[in-house]
Amino acid sequence: MTSIRSSASEMAAALASGETTSVALTEAHYAQIEKVDGDVHAFLYLDKEGALAQAADVDAKRQKGEELSPLAGIPLALKDVLTQKGIPTTCGSKMLEGWRPPYDSTVVTRLKNAGVVILGKTNMDEFAMGSSTENSAYGPTHNPWDLTRIPGGSGGGSAAALAAFEAPLAIGTDTGGSIRQPAAVTGTVGVKPTYGGVSRYGLIAFSSSLDQAGPCARTVLDAALLHEVIAGHDERDSTSINAPVPQVVKAAKKLDVKGMKIGVVKELQGEGFQQGVLEKFHEGLDALVSAGAELVEVSCPTFDYALAAYYLIAPSECSSNLARFDSMRYGIRVGDNGERSAEEVMKMTRHEGFGPEVKRRIILGTYALSSGYYDAYYGSAQKVRTLLMRDFNAAFAQADVLVSPTAPTTAFKIGENVDDPLAMYLNDIATIPVNMAGIGGMSLPCGLADEDGLPVGFQIMSPAMRDDLMYQVGGALEAALLSKWGAPLLDKAPVLAGN
Amino acid sequence: MSLNYEAAVEKYEPTLGLEVHVELNTKSKMFCSCSTEFGGAPNTQTCPVCLGLPGALPVVNGKAIESTILIGLALNCSIAPFSRFARKNYFYPDMPKNFQTSQYDEPICVNGYLDVEIETDEGLKPFRVEIERVHMEEDTGKSLHVGGATGRIHGADYSLLDYNRAGIPLVEIVTKIVGGTGKYAPQVARAYVTELRDILRSLGVSDVKMEQGSMRCDVNLSLAPIGSGQLGTRSETKNVNSLRSVERAVIGEVVRQSNRLEAGERIVQETRHFQEESGQTRSGRSKEQAEDYRYFPEPDLVPVVPDSAWIEELRATLPEKPSTRRARLKAEWSVPDKEMTSLVNAGLLDVVEETINLGAEPARARSWWLGEVSRLANEREVDPTTLITPSQVAEVIALIASGDLTDKLARQVVEGVIAGEGSPSDVIAKRGLKVVSDDGALMAAIEAAIAAQPDTAERVRGGNIPAAGALIGAVMKATGGQADAAKVRELLLKHLGQL
Amino acid sequence: MAAISRDDVAHLAKLARIEMNDAELDHLAQEMDVILGAVARVQEVAAADVPPTSHPIPVNNVVREDVVRPSLTPGEALSGAPAQAEDRFKVPQILGEE
Repeated sequence: MTSIRSSASEMAAALASGETTSVALTEAHYAQIEKVDGDVHAFLYLDKEGALAQAADVDAKRQKGEELSPLAGIPLALKDVLTQKGIPTTCGSKMLEGWRPPYDSTVVTRLKNAGVVILGKTNMDEFAMGSSTENSAYGPTHNPWDLTRIPGGSGGGSAAALAAFEAPLAIGTDTGGSIRQPAAVTGTVGVKPTYGGVSRYGLIAFSSSLDQAGPCARTVLDAALLHEVIAGHDERDSTSINAPVPQVVKAAKKLDVKGMKIGVVKELQGEGFQQGVLEKFHEGLDALVSAGAELVEVSCPTFDYALAAYYLIAPSECSSNLARFDSMRYGIRVGDNGERSAEEVMKMTRHEGFGPEVKRRIILGTYALSSGYYDAYYGSAQKVRTLLMRDFNAAFAQADVLVSPTAPTTAFKIGENVDDPLAMYLNDIATIPVNMAGIGGMSLPCGLADEDGLPVGFQIMSPAMRDDLMYQVGGALEAALLSKWGAPLLDKAPVLAGN
Repeated sequence: MSLNYEAAVEKYEPTLGLEVHVELNTKSKMFCSCSTEFGGAPNTQTCPVCLGLPGALPVVNGKAIESTILIGLALNCSIAPFSRFARKNYFYPDMPKNFQTSQYDEPICVNGYLDVEIETDEGLKPFRVEIERVHMEEDTGKSLHVGGATGRIHGADYSLLDYNRAGIPLVEIVTKIVGGTGKYAPQVARAYVTELRDILRSLGVSDVKMEQGSMRCDVNLSLAPIGSGQLGTRSETKNVNSLRSVERAVIGEVVRQSNRLEAGERIVQETRHFQEESGQTRSGRSKEQAEDYRYFPEPDLVPVVPDSAWIEELRATLPEKPSTRRARLKAEWSVPDKEMTSLVNAGLLDVVEETINLGAEPARARSWWLGEVSRLANEREVDPTTLITPSQVAEVIALIASGDLTDKLARQVVEGVIAGEGSPSDVIAKRGLKVVSDDGALMAAIEAAIAAQPDTAERVRGGNIPAAGALIGAVMKATGGQADAAKVRELLLKHLGQL
Repeated sequence: MAAISRDDVAHLAKLARIEMNDAELDHLAQEMDVILGAVARVQEVAAADVPPTSHPIPVNNVVREDVVRPSLTPGEALSGAPAQAEDRFKVPQILGEE
């Protein structure tokens, strides 16, 4: 009997068999949202009307016997960084409060075409900058495992929605780990496809050469199904890969890693990683070995510089991407009393509209690009990128995929790191190199840390254009762990009573 | 005592730099598929991309690349095997993204030249203007300033923005520093812009109408004492909207700067505005604190790597070089050097050729355009080609050739056409300007004249032919100058028995 | 590493068109110092012979045909405008020159 705790593919089977309807499924999820979101605060906006209309449409088509996409009628939560026509899109910022885009992002178009039911927009760190969702102008999201803790960031809302069973599928975006790290600390699955694998048209830009939208779910297979809906070439995105979508569903179902070489990255296991995180990571390694894979130690020395380079490139690109928010054409406008100049109104608006982290990064980026400093900062960071790619290439010559813990710690308390930007940035230490090189990365749960009982994420990295490899290893690992645990990890999460 | 131009150039050496922006005539914009058509209702030709809406992404117009390469080839440039777009970051309400997607250190065409000919005291002299670069960028929106006295920025209460023009492809052509012109700087500048315009027109890549803004010229000028071997501080003059203004702007700046230098004052590096009415330049934005544009490679676009075989294909399509064409026409029309240069530098070659192609005799076509039409244009301080069309001139010439008009009447017709009274035939009809050559009508007038001057008539009968002049004059007066003078003479003398 | 002064930050804030009061400028100057200190290490490995990477996936020559497609209506284009008049975006007086 399917419930909101089922996987998306189980729900799809139930829809196909007639056991339930999309409308019923959608209503059940809204009921759950009503019950728990007061505590979790995963959602910023709910589009009941649109969702139920989509659900009804899918049900009608199914009645007529029309051919439907595998995920037709399944509910989904959308990170509020992707435009959805006529629906408020805020990017977690005051700057875009109330803004309703006049166009759909390509991701949304593909979801709609596939009949997926978009329940609403999820909370996030403002303009995707952060690792805890505490930078949202609309209040933080709370980790369903422990409501006093962060759900990760910047896509904490999507991950929390999954972990709280408010949706079986979600879309996130990942620039330095914003899909994977929230997945790790909420015990869910999150994937960043190869750069260019999913269209960025309608993805409100933070760092253009690093941003990627990706699938989030509770199982690897669900993520794969969603991946195949949203991925593919888009002529509106010049950086979009012009090649067929990798067969990730097939790979996820393989459940075979015999003879595969798993590269364990030396630089991502030592200092700074919580004991319990390392333990669970090693349990994951053991599971892979038991399944017939071979471990290989690889070294990527440039990883030590990845964080520094990222915090030069991303702020630089964002300082330029966020320049358009000047109150002239959309967004809030502050201080226009009929006497001030456009310049003054711009300055006041940007002061009010942007939060401290966004301002910090804009200033940092402006500095890194400014004349006299370009070579030393932005220019050097782009060179580090080249070196990172070389390290990855060398490592992939020795192993099929690379692995590491996704995040150095489990979910920390809300408020714990807010005053220490550098400490906050360290959350991305294992995820950033993946974005910098443009390759694929996945996080899936590998256990609960002994010391705090909180989820630990296992990261799998695959070579560019070979997303299928991470799904293959991920699917097999998930199956091995499930068999070891007897039940999905999320069964251990506290059941939220709500009000 | 203030210096005039001649005095100024005896003491100071001018150095020029010319930047020309050309709007390409592609159907769609540079980075999106909105129409580029001129004159549309406000904001009817915009989309998420050219409005800079959050999430929008650019895609390059292939035709624009082709046009730019053609321009580079026609200007003898090398086409870069690898070129990139870059972001030029600054804030201005007519720029939706608050950065312009342009090219910086990797432009598509470099190191070309354009040869011109100018008239000097020693006769015609060739001059080579070296070209630094040709690159692609995008145009801005248009602002309407409301509330101020003159519709200009100063004193305006607010501004209204129309983004139809935002994103239209622009090509920027930048010369290297142009030295060694001496007192001929204004002529070199004008000849360069004229020749450039002719080339662009022959390539068919732009309608290059300076008055409409599809070709814009910025004039950079600095002065240094003759023989000092140094370069002075330069000013940049914008709003130069015609070939004539190019010349006048150079003169105006030479005079202004020389007088300042004479007075011991410093030249401020700044942007100035050319003022049509006075020929002077007015101070605009100070460039002392040059804006830091923080250029970096555009991450949303990929490099342009033109295939060398394709470049050669394009080179083969280049139309006849204007200089080759000029040489050919000069030979065909048997035109002396000086007159040819006058034609070219006045920008009249195309219209003269067209007039001749419509059947006019070459010498007459030239003399009408260079003579009467240019005279009327100078009076009105406009470009001759804006006053009257080749077909209208050809019509007038044909009417003279057929005897329907005399030269004198033809001048009135031309004035009438210019005044907007219609085509030459319309003007002739409206003003009743046709040559009276009907014998009957003429005889009536002749007889009237003879009756009024019987003594003069007697003298003519007696063999005093010159005396007929008074009678002919009387007939001309009586017919309002519309009688065919030669015919009158013939009829009169016959009548008086002298033929 | 250059110590970032309040004036430096004020200049950057001006370039970025963000108004900031003195307290904010001071606070940011401190933070910038710390962050720049941490990120400057990229210079240690950025040798002259290492080419920079702007695009993770090497693709060239992505172009579209010169074809016109429907635009947004003025209503859609102006739908987010804080102020509008005569189908145009209405903005406060622009200083500087055109």
